Amino acid sequence: MSLTSLSISALQEKLRAREASPIEALDALESRIAAVDPSIHGYLSRDYAAARALAEKADVNLPLGGVPIAIKDVINVIGEPCTCASKILLGYKSTYDATVISRLRAAGAIPFGRCNMDEFAMGSSTENSAFGRSCNPWDLARVPGGSSGGSAAVVAADEAYASLGSDTGGSIRQPAALCGIVGLKPTYGCVSRYGLVAFASSLDQIGPFTKTVRDAGLLLNAIAGRDPQDSTSLDVPTEDATALLGRDLKGVKLGMPKEYFISGIDPQVDASIRAAIAKYESLGAEIVEVSLPHTEHAVSVYYVIATAEASANLARFDGVRYGHRAATDNLLEMYGRSRAEGFGPEVKRRIILGTYVLSSGYYDAYYLRAQKVRTLIRDDFTKAFEKVDAIICPTTPEPAFLAGDRTDDPLKMYLADIFTIACNLAGTCGLSLPCGFANESGKQLPIGLQLIGQPWKEARLLQIAHAYEQATDWHKARPAL
Amino acid sequence: MSDQFNVRYVAQLARLDLSDAEIEKFQSQLGQVLAHVEQLGRVDVSKVEPTAHANAVANVFRKDESRPGFTQDAALSNAPRSANGLIVVPKVIE
Repeated sequence: MSLTSLSISALQEKLRAREASPIEALDALESRIAAVDPSIHGYLSRDYAAARALAEKADVNLPLGGVPIAIKDVINVIGEPCTCASKILLGYKSTYDATVISRLRAAGAIPFGRCNMDEFAMGSSTENSAFGRSCNPWDLARVPGGSSGGSAAVVAADEAYASLGSDTGGSIRQPAALCGIVGLKPTYGCVSRYGLVAFASSLDQIGPFTKTVRDAGLLLNAIAGRDPQDSTSLDVPTEDATALLGRDLKGVKLGMPKEYFISGIDPQVDASIRAAIAKYESLGAEIVEVSLPHTEHAVSVYYVIATAEASANLARFDGVRYGHRAATDNLLEMYGRSRAEGFGPEVKRRIILGTYVLSSGYYDAYYLRAQKVRTLIRDDFTKAFEKVDAIICPTTPEPAFLAGDRTDDPLKMYLADIFTIACNLAGTCGLSLPCGFANESGKQLPIGLQLIGQPWKEARLLQIAHAYEQATDWHKARPAL
Repeated sequence: MSDQFNVRYVAQLARLDLSDAEIEKFQSQLGQVLAHVEQLGRVDVSKVEPTAHANAVANVFRKDESRPGFTQDAALSNAPRSANGLIVVPKVIE
């Protein structure tokens, strides 16, 4: 068995027992990447030299000592590219480390490799990358999900031990589900966004992709906490995210939101989720029905608020200070053409939509109204969490879809996020973990179980996820590559 | 309301040059998205405050002290054109 199939925890045991060195851990990745990434295309760049320099002096006794972590190409790592999978940032080199990168370094981890994604994190399939799509390791004809599709695919394909992604409307949980791994979106404000290229600032959070629930806690411990560079970050979760792992589920209440168990869910997904719920009951959890009555509006609210914020955030790409500049002697033409030449179709669509909903005469009808309905969606969760410790539901309505299936139908693509979006609007934490497989034309496709936890209760959320993981074997399955 | 949506005009506001083909395509695709979004008009929000952030924090201050920042070289290192420590852009005033 190759080192690269190990979880962070298992790799650390080997590193600390001196059965493997950080350099060997990195070399193993290099061979595995050479073998499988030509078919997966999960990486956009690989900084072996920088990583090897860190591996040589790594202190394996630090919390993540000597462990390479792959990074979504939307997070700044000093001296490395940060393309956001966009032509507009080709040639850009980061001049600083994002806070999550400084914290990974402080914990002894080695940031290594930049992962493919939908351009500027806009998409649900990684088909919006300007540098070619990533493939789902379980069926190369299918998408790995998105926007953090590369970060998910490299972990699922054992060409990374773990990775970081970002989640604005499901961009960690949805690809984790489609690739059969664990993906955690922390509570808004839990992890600093400094150095994360902004998409929708009131929704974006950085979080881990891992092979096990425990690993997600280890990575979260390393990156969480207040950062003076991000005034929306808070220091609430002082507790160790792994502190409750291994405790039983006696007294734990899980809520099934009736609005998430609707017609239109793939029957194999529905069956797996219901079996997972039955498993939870057998493990001692109490299952109760809850209601999130404004669920049907979540996608609409999201596509108003997220595009509005994106249109403002992406105004910085104007060809002046960094990024692509169109060749012209006229300043206004330079703005319009640099952006036209640099951005891909989905980014353009969202800039147009976001500009429109913020424009004079439409602000109240779209943006302000969406912010008000966002309050109602948030209140739904607050009320549900008075009754339950976590909400249990599917991560996605279907397993991975075929590449090319939805690229010309933005609305259909947007509806793929129907179960993940509300968590971001409410600002709470959520994760996806493997809970079964669907059979599609002879291929096994992973199914993801979503648990949405109370704000700042990541330790409880991980405890609940861990209990199920330890009682099942789904997380041990690997794609044949 | 979505019938008033005009991609050509909005693209000017966004300083984003679009081709005629893009304008036509986005007009139809985003028209469908806006028609979907208009379901929000059915929700009674008369007594609801807007949410701008999931965790409202107010007045986050830091001490007004100098601290290390980017050097001039680092700040200019990604500029498409620079000279004499400045970013060069096309002439704005004739």
